[in-house]
Amino acid sequence: MAPRPTGRAVALTAVAALGLPLALTACSGGTGGGVSTITVLDYYNNEPDNTIYQTALEACGKAENVTIERTAVPGSDLIAKVLQMASTKTLPDVLMIDNPEVAQIAESGALTPLSDLGVEPQGVPQGILDASTYDGKLYGLQPVTNTLALFYNTDLLKAAGVTPPTTWAELKETAAKLTAGNQYGVAFSAKPDYEGTWQFLPFMWSNGGDESNIDTPEMAQALQLWVDLVKSGSASESVVTWSQADVNDQFIAGNTAMMVNGPWQIPVLSEHPDLHWDVVPIPVPKAGMTAVAPFGGESWTVPNTGKKANQEIAAKIVTCLNSDDNEMTFATGRQTIPTRTSIQTEFASSNPTMATFSKLVQDARARTGKLGSKWPEAATKIYTALGSALVGGMSPEEALTQAANG
Amino acid sequence: MADQALTATGPAARPSRGGSSGPAGRAPAAGRGRARRHRWVPVLFLAPAVLYLLAFYGFPVVKNVTMGFQQYTTSTFVSGEAPWVGFENYRAVFRSAVFDRALLNTFVFTVGSIFGQFTIGMGLALFFQRRFPLSSFLRSLILVPWLIPLIASSAVWRWILDKDSGALNRFLQNVGLVDTRPGWLTNTSLALLAVIVVNIWIGIPFNATILFGGLQDVPEELYEAAELDGATGFRRFWSITWPLLRPVVNVVLVLGVVYTIKVLDIILGLTDAGPANATQTLATQSYQLSFRLFDFGQGAAVSNILIVISLLFAVLYLRATRRAVDE
Repeated sequence: MAPRPTGRAVALTAVAALGLPLALTACSGGTGGGVSTITVLDYYNNEPDNTIYQTALEACGKAENVTIERTAVPGSDLIAKVLQMASTKTLPDVLMIDNPEVAQIAESGALTPLSDLGVEPQGVPQGILDASTYDGKLYGLQPVTNTLALFYNTDLLKAAGVTPPTTWAELKETAAKLTAGNQYGVAFSAKPDYEGTWQFLPFMWSNGGDESNIDTPEMAQALQLWVDLVKSGSASESVVTWSQADVNDQFIAGNTAMMVNGPWQIPVLSEHPDLHWDVVPIPVPKAGMTAVAPFGGESWTVPNTGKKANQEIAAKIVTCLNSDDNEMTFATGRQTIPTRTSIQTEFASSNPTMATFSKLVQDARARTGKLGSKWPEAATKIYTALGSALVGGMSPEEALTQAANG
Repeated sequence: MADQALTATGPAARPSRGGSSGPAGRAPAAGRGRARRHRWVPVLFLAPAVLYLLAFYGFPVVKNVTMGFQQYTTSTFVSGEAPWVGFENYRAVFRSAVFDRALLNTFVFTVGSIFGQFTIGMGLALFFQRRFPLSSFLRSLILVPWLIPLIASSAVWRWILDKDSGALNRFLQNVGLVDTRPGWLTNTSLALLAVIVVNIWIGIPFNATILFGGLQDVPEELYEAAELDGATGFRRFWSITWPLLRPVVNVVLVLGVVYTIKVLDIILGLTDAGPANATQTLATQSYQLSFRLFDFGQGAAVSNILIVISLLFAVLYLRATRRAVDE
């Protein structure tokens, strides 16, 4: 009868289809401990980042006699991809994670502590290490970082006869003077997502605010500053819808004279040679205080794959990515700041526009440093309070109390 | 035993009503073979569809329902362990300050969107029933909102509705309709309205197309007869068009509710559920719980509530379509 041979054919095809990948995995499993391939997952899918990391990874792999098999996915897909890989036990040997997410992934048990693999970093500021630390153990190394500062349009400030502000009082005053017609004094992002929280951090931290309890006078004062800027008309109400890229667009279009933003916008700003700008640290509550900014950037980790030989090589590749030379390459090529203290001076002197950021990083604070994997909850409360106070008709105190209890 | 039960349900067993235990229930050997084949043929034909439904509809729904009763976090993906927590996720969701707001917003958003989409869609469908030059060309233009990716259209609408430099406010100011520019996306009392308007724009093509199709099935003779009786205009619509279009209307409305209640991309694209939760709906809350806070259990709990609401309307839809077939 007809069905029988067909059935057998189907079975054969199925066996072949199942067996082939099995055979392939068996091969890549390594012959007697010798590792030939190291898999890498990151989200540097745009240029120039893509090429810069590909080149560096290949060089690091060559030094260890392994080929690098790298996958770059869009940033928004990375965590979903990591979780999916974790559930199917197909995590890569080397994994890049955005620093505020390291704690979350480490908590899940998907990563191996670097100390277990013999990696003990030296000469990196504690703030940077805190970001990749969970439960007292270091899970990742971050070669470069970035942070927030105040960008200003030099032409517009000169025309208004003002100098860049250094304190909150000066910020309000200067922003008011720079507001005229269709031009606002200052712009920032208060979007209801983590971007809004991130932009608010330098203001709240510099004033002694703390994410573990947001219902405090220090927090309210920082939020009051933003409310004052928006209510006085020095900043647009639209800040509650703007992403940082939108803020940058407003700055380029001349709709705002100053903006809170990071060095990753510099390549975009450089495309407009007519636009003259410079950078100063985020203004502090009172003269003489230190600006405490959050830092960004991605951490390189070694997932808990259970393949000891691969993990040892992977740890060496992570160390290699964090060498002085590579940090310098990433920093200059991608407008970021190296994390190693020893090369700060050299970097700042050869990249004057980055000097401000470089100085800020020394005192920068990790978003997850205090709350670890509980950070997303606190960040959600903070951005909810921003919206309620800026356009929701609540006072900063009310907004923070409500968000804290929400 | 099982064999007998199967035999009893098979077509060959039907003539012998005497009972499956009696010797009359046993067909000759050759007949039984054929009967068995007959029994399996329909099952084989149904199998692909049933498997597909189970794999791609049944499994996710069951998984979502069970997730709502589990502590399902990032750790679950690594360890595979998701402890049962009973109704704890639902309790946490109901207790959260955002939930009431999200529920109310979901209701206003759905009712507002459906009302707008349906009335404008119906108006356009009736308009295009008249034949005039370029009518089919214009009719195809109505489909445009349907053809543009939602991410793109929400980005464009965000520019249009921008408070300071948006096209809408510049128009309103130039015409002299407003003195101060309204913050369509920044004002907590306007943002939901703005999101509803954009969703209406997106939903019009669906409503207009289906209703237009329904109108084509209304027999021309009825209108001719009505004309002889002196019925025109509204009378024609209420006495002929509306009653005959009712089954299609039911379908459009129920499907509209099911589609609208879960709208996510437009809201995220326009306002990101803000400002100050002004456009937070159950769909956006579920998304944020699952993919920003990584609390998949609570996220599933919220989406289960959405599933139940959709299910109620799905039942209405099935009854409406059954009536449509009966008529």
